[in-house]
Amino acid sequence: MSAPVASPGLPDLRYGEAEEELRAAVRKLIADRSPLTTVLARAETADPYDPGTWQALAADLGCAGLLIPESRGGAGASYREAAVVAEETGRGALPVPYLASAVMATAALLPSADELLAALADGSVTAALTVPFTTMPPAVSGAALASGVRVGRPGPGDPAGQARLTGTVAGAADALPAGVLLVPADGVPFGLYAVDASAPEVTVSPVVSLDTTRPLADLTFANAPARPVATGEAAAAAVSAALTAGAAMLACEQLGVAQRCLEMTVAYLKERRQFGRAVGSFQALKHRLADVWVALIQARAAARYAAACLADGDPDTPVAVVLAKSACGEAAVQAAQECVQLHGGIGFTWEHPAHLLLKRARSGSAGFGTPDRHRAALAGLVNLPPPGGSIG
Amino acid sequence: MLAEPALSERDHELRERVREFLAGHDPAALGRQAFLDARFDAGLAAVHYPEGLGGLGLPRSLQRAVDEEFAAAGAPGNRPERNGIGLGMAAPTILAFAAQEQQARWLRPLWTGEEIWCQLFSEPGAGSDLAGLATRAVRAEDGGDWMVTGQKVWTSSAHRARWGLLLARTDPDLPKHAGLTYFACDMSQPGVDVRPLRQLTGEAEFNEVFLTDATIPDADRIGEVGDGWQVARGTLMNERVAIGSGTAQPREGGMAGLAASAWREQPELRTPGLHDRLLRLWADAEVARLAAERLRQQLASGQPGPEGSAAKIVFARLNQELSAFELELAGAAGLRYDDWTMRRPETVNFYSRGPGYRYLRARGNSIEGGTSEILRNIIAERVLGLPAEPRTDTGLPWKDLPR
Repeated sequence: MSAPVASPGLPDLRYGEAEEELRAAVRKLIADRSPLTTVLARAETADPYDPGTWQALAADLGCAGLLIPESRGGAGASYREAAVVAEETGRGALPVPYLASAVMATAALLPSADELLAALADGSVTAALTVPFTTMPPAVSGAALASGVRVGRPGPGDPAGQARLTGTVAGAADALPAGVLLVPADGVPFGLYAVDASAPEVTVSPVVSLDTTRPLADLTFANAPARPVATGEAAAAAVSAALTAGAAMLACEQLGVAQRCLEMTVAYLKERRQFGRAVGSFQALKHRLADVWVALIQARAAARYAAACLADGDPDTPVAVVLAKSACGEAAVQAAQECVQLHGGIGFTWEHPAHLLLKRARSGSAGFGTPDRHRAALAGLVNLPPPGGSIG
Repeated sequence: MLAEPALSERDHELRERVREFLAGHDPAALGRQAFLDARFDAGLAAVHYPEGLGGLGLPRSLQRAVDEEFAAAGAPGNRPERNGIGLGMAAPTILAFAAQEQQARWLRPLWTGEEIWCQLFSEPGAGSDLAGLATRAVRAEDGGDWMVTGQKVWTSSAHRARWGLLLARTDPDLPKHAGLTYFACDMSQPGVDVRPLRQLTGEAEFNEVFLTDATIPDADRIGEVGDGWQVARGTLMNERVAIGSGTAQPREGGMAGLAASAWREQPELRTPGLHDRLLRLWADAEVARLAAERLRQQLASGQPGPEGSAAKIVFARLNQELSAFELELAGAAGLRYDDWTMRRPETVNFYSRGPGYRYLRARGNSIEGGTSEILRNIIAERVLGLPAEPRTDTGLPWKDLPR
């Protein structure tokens, strides 16, 4: 347990003992089952996701059910613990749908205590929210979500309560391995629907993606049968909660990416010799790595704050997400770019895993809003109006 | 999150203890100095100091309970802002490295503010390369006092100080780091000449100190002869933590608040480029506030990380960029300065006066207490474990180094 904190207004921003134990278990599992060389080998195959590692993480370690209450078969943990798992999946550029299923789909289903939660908790079903990966969380942007999918009329033989969905979603993350798609659909009213991804009316087309460890998919729904999960304001709130949690946990994942890039680069600069000395002894390189470390220290505080705000239901959560998403996104990209540059020639090869982390950093930085878009939202959130804007 | 029961109990006991103390010690009747002396003797000065030396050997995190109780009673405080070097650097150094009799002599008047401390480290020829310093301390042949001669610089509070933390060279035949010894120098003697050092803001926070056969009894040496560098490193680490973590601030509590207010209050001055900069700086400043809080939490639970150096680098950069933003936003008004008169400010507030002063004062933030460049070296070598640059100056006797 932790000592009382110095500032009563802010939550505990340290890692607890239980979190460190969880981290160690996840890190070991990833090191045993899916080191970066394995991720790299998988990147160009027809099956970029790693179902074996996902099952081990989801079911054996129980990470799929962290956020789900014990009464529904989950672990009843909080976003603080979920964040640590996200950090580790980022650290390993792990191709598993943890963020989509254990964080976002779960967050979308928790308010309505949906029947699917038990199957998500034990890892037997994987779900994904079908939104473009770059969607900004409405709680941050202040703008309502628009969907490219519409609710149509039920077919003549359809059971009562079943709906039909038609439309497209471009560039959804982690939809490829999902058995159930959670589809926000426009209609009267707006609703959130559960759709069987294997239904013949559903097409999930893989996209050749910048990030091979989290490939995107384009989705088409052609009068696809759908079960309503929530409608109206409840649906909007569920989707909003999922996107807010997704953005915050993606930021934590980015922290893990940054950490791994820094560790790899430091190790290489100690070992690589030129001009008769370890290149890590050159001040020009040291200072760049010191800057990466400073960015990482700052980003970690922001990531911890976002996780704590989510866990506590803090009204400051939108600001916390902005801070985490911008700080962690930029730290990850900086660390990954420096990782490639400071490795020199070997860092530019396909063979070396640095590019996996660079691509993961770049796509994660755009995911659920770029750092720039998040900071732009501060104008409204904390009253820093643009030129010509009025004082709020 | 609930606090550990043992800690909350101790918190309660401490508050009770303060109330009992206050019942027996009326500040109005005793007078300020006697009241603070009694508070120190009761172990209620700084609870993390050892018993018998102003504290109770308790975790630092419990100090808040004590401070709150004294403040609630309207009791006079020790005005820490007047003795920043004493409390932030001298006290931790004395606690970690000084002998028992020295601790008993120095800590009470230090904590109460009766005796102000300053730091005699930097020299005109030894800034970032502190270990190359030239001030000589020579011991009388009979094993008596030390005689010190040299010049120190950037000494804040020297004109008010009773004591100076002095790093001096005691053996020029040894390599630079090995020949140093640490002393407490009595600043009230004739061999110590303090002159103001005017800075680019117009006033003089700092001093130059000329030592001419200043006398230091061997009893005022801190640590062994030749161990000065180890002791000084401890002092400097505390300085960086003090500068970088500071006291808890509310959101928009520092320079970011001034910039945000200026932006909100003067819509006619806004431009798109400045808006982008402000959003980025506001976010960076708020993240830095969270990181400073995280550092304080780690210190409170006894897990001090190396984050202090990061905090200091970020603090300096943000103060500089935010004050530059403010000056640029101000436009024509930013070209007027409040006052160039040479003054001796008793306390320094980086956030006071006008944007011009704040901009100029912030330039010093990345120089004082270790330049940002030296801090990057420290991070790279001590945190990340990267190898040191090849050097030619560490193995030779100090007296043979090229100067």
